[in-house]
Amino acid sequence: MCLGVPARVVEVDEQAALRAGTVDFGGVRRQVCLACVPDAAAGDWVIVHAGIAIVRLDADGAAERLALLDSITTGPLVPGRPPDPTPGTEA
Amino acid sequence: MRFVDEYRDPHRARLLLERITAVTSRPWTIMEVCGGQTHTLVRSGIDEVLPAPIELVHGPGCPVCVTPAEVIETACRLAGEREVTVCSFGDMLRVPGAGRDLLGVRAAGGDVRVVYSPLDALAVAEQEPHRTVVFFAVGFETTAPATALSLLEARRRGVRNYLVLSAHVRVPPALEAILGAPDTRLQGLLAPGHVCTVQGLDEYRAVVERHRVPVVVTGFEPVDLLEGILACVAQLEEGRAELENRYPRSVRPEGNPAARAVLDAVFEPVSRAWRGLGVLPGGGLGLRADWRDHDAEARYTPAPPAADDGRCRAALVLTGRLRPDACPEFGTGCRPEHPLGAPMVSTEGACAAYWHAGRTRRLAAAP
Ligand code: SF4
Repeated sequence: MCLGVPARVVEVDEQAALRAGTVDFGGVRRQVCLACVPDAAAGDWVIVHAGIAIVRLDADGAAERLALLDSITTGPLVPGRPPDPTPGTEA
Repeated sequence: MRFVDEYRDPHRARLLLERITAVTSRPWTIMEVCGGQTHTLVRSGIDEVLPAPIELVHGPGCPVCVTPAEVIETACRLAGEREVTVCSFGDMLRVPGAGRDLLGVRAAGGDVRVVYSPLDALAVAEQEPHRTVVFFAVGFETTAPATALSLLEARRRGVRNYLVLSAHVRVPPALEAILGAPDTRLQGLLAPGHVCTVQGLDEYRAVVERHRVPVVVTGFEPVDLLEGILACVAQLEEGRAELENRYPRSVRPEGNPAARAVLDAVFEPVSRAWRGLGVLPGGGLGLRADWRDHDAEARYTPAPPAADDGRCRAALVLTGRLRPDACPEFGTGCRPEHPLGAPMVSTEGACAAYWHAGRTRRLAAAP
């Protein structure tokens, strides 16, 4: 039920009374409501759930974290030692 | 596809699994709260390849599954009214209520329609002004903003024949009930990433403070889940109990303020019964008093409390006390084509996850 699907914003319909736009789900295009992502523009990535975008994804931050995750998981592995395994984030 | 493929990468997953194995020295019991996460874990087989001391317990995070029989019966009764159209997500149609489901009501001539979004239900109401269109709203805080937007739009466009029957539920009271149970075995939680995307982290920080368990906000792909499990196990091994956000590409500490504002404009926390957990204070979202003209509960009498099928052990499954494959009905009396309970129907139900992953019934006796 909380299934959210990443999609790229193709176009924002500036005329719509309820902010909306076209997004691309890996080749499939669809009109979705963008009212909850007031800062999302064409080219941005969002998560779509039940016909509305619920967040604009942090694309740059995600790429950085993935690189950090890779650098850490390919580093030396010390069995039995639990130390911080991957980068945490402020919570 | 971006934001999907890189988090399904088998090489990354294997490296993370190695790390988890390396840091695990003792048994730990961790609950993944969200049914979407359960499905990824079971479909990808992560639950079977984790080091043996780690036990994953499946949580109540399937809104369809926790909707009690009487609420489904209320929707069935509405759909049986001559002037009423009931719209809902596809998952809701086959969930057994008090002896019947919405699909059965439709077969008997009731007007029941599947929608992808509450905004589609609003469109039906706008196109068919002579009918009363009721959106049977199911879902967590992730989904409630969409329902709220449909109501705000209904009012703005003057669509007065659009009503909502709210079965929306809030996650934190359920976590309180599960962690506060005297027999709880849970030592850590993977928190639902899309609920937190809307609501932010405050409510989960409060869970950490009250129960002294690690809570790790986690995404939905295999790499996300392995990263969440690793972070949770690392905390447990080190004796820490902290809130960690391991899904920051989607979850900000404050959540999504625009979505929260929309949700709060229409809904307020109310007591609501959860299948398996009973009535939870603040466990649901009800329409605020100034939305009564769009509230199906205010217009129609709800069905009286109804019992579930006595053979179904959904209450035990939803509280992490019984694994689906240990239910005596799993795969025999209960299959997706003739389900005894909601967890076998819903795309996020734990029993359906086990069934679709080809798991067979365990011979262990069930309680
Ligand atoms: S397998 Fe079927 S009967 Fe058993 S708990 Fe799951 S839904 Fe209920």
